[in-house]
Amino acid sequence: MIRYLLPLGAFIALVLLLGVGLGLNPRLVPSPLVGKPLPEFSLAQLRAPDKTLSRKDLTGKVSLLNAWATWCVECRREHPVLVAIAAQGNVPIYGLNYKDQRPDALQWLERLGDPYVASAFDGDGRVGIDLGVYGLPETFLIDAQGMIVHKHIGPISREIWESDFVPVIERLASGSS
Amino acid sequence: MKALRGIAMIAMLVFTANTTAIVFEQRDFDNAEQLERYKILIYELRCLVCQNQNLADSNAELASDLRREVHRMILEGMNNDQIVEFMVARYGDFVLYRPPLKAKTVLLWTGPFVLGIGGVVLLLLQLRRRRTQRAAPIPLSDDERASLDALLEKEKP
Repeated sequence: MIRYLLPLGAFIALVLLLGVGLGLNPRLVPSPLVGKPLPEFSLAQLRAPDKTLSRKDLTGKVSLLNAWATWCVECRREHPVLVAIAAQGNVPIYGLNYKDQRPDALQWLERLGDPYVASAFDGDGRVGIDLGVYGLPETFLIDAQGMIVHKHIGPISREIWESDFVPVIERLASGSS
Repeated sequence: MKALRGIAMIAMLVFTANTTAIVFEQRDFDNAEQLERYKILIYELRCLVCQNQNLADSNAELASDLRREVHRMILEGMNNDQIVEFMVARYGDFVLYRPPLKAKTVLLWTGPFVLGIGGVVLLLLQLRRRRTQRAAPIPLSDDERASLDALLEKEKP
């Protein structure tokens, strides 16, 4: 009996292993930055090039940092969700306009609405590298102490917002009060 | 003779001291040692956009930016470990084509060997069982012996 059950068991184990492997998304690379402080940066703002946006603008409250660009198709899909989140007004959203052209980016915000308190203009992608950005859009959830609590790679949908962000934000809000 | 000369020429081209690397863009270095390190580093670092290519092979924007960073850091005098550390701090071990051996990656490094050795052990066990089976044939049961005797009896003239 065991002669037949053993190979069958091994086969089922292999199928399960491969099944789980197929279910994983290989494009999701866990960021080593989660749980670490947001890296220092200081960039000119997109709308007001004479003003800067830096790390300290994002500290002191729970905030989002969303890396986006006009050349990024998924960002376009995500944009209405960000606008809706911004309209709720619970969490300020900061933008990192990654490797983009300033006129294109301004036109995009003009046409589709601007959910960002401010966007930093990262034309050469240097700050993007410091943040480990590799596939737009990417969104960092940053707590009041400037720590990266959560990172989402890919567009945020309403469902993802409700399931992955809202509970964490509520936990952070209740922890700080 | 002609072939030999050809080989010598290729060797000359390959080994000629050259401090310029052109992958997708031209990079100038101060000396050949820096160039050599640049080549090794971009060969061993993964492009995260097209995940099965290294920085040397990828023409993705990010790969180009990361090559620029590697070039900058080499010229600034950082050593290979510092440059790798820079990449791992931002993108994790995944950026390395040869991830370090640690608790999380033990299975990755040892898995194939464990499976291979396990397979050989199973094969050897199986072979030995077969050999012992053949050496000592299973004796007939009493019933079998009786029916065999009966058959043989019938055959007798």
